[in-house]
Amino acid sequence: MADTPVLTDEMKARIGTIMGPVILEVERGAIRRFAQAVGDTNPLYTDEEYARGTRHGGIVCPPGFFGWPAGEEVGAEHILSMLGRPFENVLNAGTESEFLCPIRPGDVLVSSTKLADAYEKKGNAGNLVFVVMETTYKNQADKVVARMRYIFMFY
Amino acid sequence: MARLYYEDVDVGAEITPLVKKPTTRQLVKWAGASGDFNEPHYDRDLAVAWGLPGVIIHGLLKYQFLVQMLTDWIGVDGDLLKISCQYRGLDYPGDTLTCTGKVLKKSIEGGRHCLECEIGVSNQRGERTTPGRAVVALPSRG
Repeated sequence: MADTPVLTDEMKARIGTIMGPVILEVERGAIRRFAQAVGDTNPLYTDEEYARGTRHGGIVCPPGFFGWPAGEEVGAEHILSMLGRPFENVLNAGTESEFLCPIRPGDVLVSSTKLADAYEKKGNAGNLVFVVMETTYKNQADKVVARMRYIFMFY
Repeated sequence: MARLYYEDVDVGAEITPLVKKPTTRQLVKWAGASGDFNEPHYDRDLAVAWGLPGVIIHGLLKYQFLVQMLTDWIGVDGDLLKISCQYRGLDYPGDTLTCTGKVLKKSIEGGRHCLECEIGVSNQRGERTTPGRAVVALPSRG
């Protein structure tokens, strides 16, 4: 197992760095695959005829789905290489979201991610380093559709 | 499904629970759909080398289960405005996960009729591994 992680001043200096933009395309098939993976059978995500009869007027994405390439916009790989890859083990510590308006098939989202914070805590087995990433998603009308905050724990 | 109106929900009301029994296959489907290809979720040897008892369920899949619990409960005329959760404990394929929640507060914010809820995922060992909060908006009878 790797040595206990330490947050250096050099790493702290990276706080505020903005990564991106990452372009995400929202497609029907990907929405369907996402809903199936969760086991969510809500017809709003897959049945156009049903969805047209609702106030949304058509299929919308489940909150939390932002299109493809999913996951890349969070920039986990970028964080790690930016911090010099000193940490071996990482767990997801938490997620916070704000959903401002529906995302629909055909939308093209632009995301940008900020390294918002990094801090240390003493754990039972050694030092823990937390890294917080904030991602903002805007659609083709330049409207912010969602904000996500991802907290990762290195141990 | 009947519409859920703001006036029909009291503080303390329970959110309809959602039970999930993730399999390793579901974790693979989730990895593909979410783009989270981190090894601890499908590579048992690596998970064990990291000191974990076995392959672990993605935090964001548990988050998405909570999203489904809320969107199922509020129905198509409600909106999920905010959700947050912390991954305090690990869950594994083969576990029975129960998503639950209850209404903490009702308020009208900017013309929207909002419920603030406490939510969480618990496993069959009685551990509430994934506590969180959410805010939903419901239609009003006026």
